Amino acid sequence: MTDQINPAPRQDNQDPALFGQTPSQTVGPFFHYGLPWKGGADLVGQSDMGARPELFPEDHYVLNLAPPKGAVGGETITLEGVVYDADGKPVSDAMIEIWQANAAGRYASPDDPRTDIPLDESFIGFGRASTSDEGLYRFRTVLPGVVPGPGNGLQAPHIAVGVFGRGLIKRLVTRVYFEDQAANQTDPILALAPAERRDTLIARKVGDAWRFDIVLQGERETVFFDI
Amino acid sequence: MTDLIGFSREDAGQPPSLAPAYGSTVSRSPRQPLVRIPQTLTELTGPAGCWGNLMGAALADLTTQHKAMPQGQRIIVAGRVLDEQGRPVPNTVMEIWQANAAGRYIHGKDQWDAPHDPNFTGAGRVITDAEGRYQFVTVRPGAYPWGNHKNAWRPAHIHLSLLGPAFATRLVTQMYFPDDPLIEIDPIANAVPLPYRQRMVSRFDIETTQPNWALGYLFDVVLRGREATPFEDDHHD
Ligand SMILES: [Fe+3]
Repeated sequence: MTDQINPAPRQDNQDPALFGQTPSQTVGPFFHYGLPWKGGADLVGQSDMGARPELFPEDHYVLNLAPPKGAVGGETITLEGVVYDADGKPVSDAMIEIWQANAAGRYASPDDPRTDIPLDESFIGFGRASTSDEGLYRFRTVLPGVVPGPGNGLQAPHIAVGVFGRGLIKRLVTRVYFEDQAANQTDPILALAPAERRDTLIARKVGDAWRFDIVLQGERETVFFDI
Repeated sequence: MTDLIGFSREDAGQPPSLAPAYGSTVSRSPRQPLVRIPQTLTELTGPAGCWGNLMGAALADLTTQHKAMPQGQRIIVAGRVLDEQGRPVPNTVMEIWQANAAGRYIHGKDQWDAPHDPNFTGAGRVITDAEGRYQFVTVRPGAYPWGNHKNAWRPAHIHLSLLGPAFATRLVTQMYFPDDPLIEIDPIANAVPLPYRQRMVSRFDIETTQPNWALGYLFDVVLRGREATPFEDDHHD
């Protein structure tokens, strides 16, 4: 249409002079019906864990169509913990994401070139869980294998973690290591954390679960990474 | 093993974790400095091309999820997902959530008394095509009050979540509308310094607008991009 004209240009998303990374913003407190899908915190099954469907009416649970998963190789584990703020209060509107290799140490990503290590058809290794009213998050997944590190080294089994929530303008990044792994002693990333704070990156076996609390600020503040 | 190509780090447009005007950041932002680590295979990989298996099918029309049309101004949001070099990010997932036209979330903890709309959930997801393009249909969300300070109102916004190709490229942001005077007095938008704040403001576009049907807005999302050269120390074989 020749008679169509656009409004005058202004300083906005389409302005070439502003081109660059889109800034991060908080997920806010009301993400539960839009982000944590059914099966999202259950990496080896299809349960509702982490989805909190009690926070909205049932007919608005549009993220409830979890794709089926088959059997997954490796040791199934529960990873759980409480997110705390600076006052030691549990954070009930946080969301945790994880990314990990499978039990054989392979990432389900086209950018992991080690095709000699088998993929697990039913295991992607990405998960998402909201915290409960008590600040507790929980995943069911498998213990990851060792993966390559910088240089010719190896990294101890670990899970990458992203923390989101009301009051978090941008994601905080940390890692979960497992206390019984001898490879922790030589892990190149653990070694970069200040020695006196390194244990904030190490999950401990409590009952049947691996316990990994996340402290956003204050004494025992979790080590967060700049990646 | 082949060389790993790293992603660039945050640019000047990223907000700090502590932005005191947004009160909740005060007790929820770390005080210890972040520990800078090299990007390893863990950070340089991510789920990709498996969205259906991971989360389920696309939900690109937020106005047809229930029995009837939702209330409000129907809009089309379209654009591209790009990296910092302007290259398209194909086959990546964008998740969407928002309030309804009255500014109310379908969430039990949203206590504002604006009406719920039984025909609107406000949740969706789209997958970018080979050129990084996406499009979804929704209604324009309303502004809503919040308790951050006296007479505080959030500008109308759509929450957007992107994974990109790697753990390192993860982004959650908010899209704002071009004709909204609340943006310049909003502590969350203003955690991002000017002029970068304006990267989150969409543009009304008459070409995207469909006659007698819906207004169109353009919004491109730019994720962290891969550096030009491999790391020196990353020969893993
Ligand atoms: Fe919001």
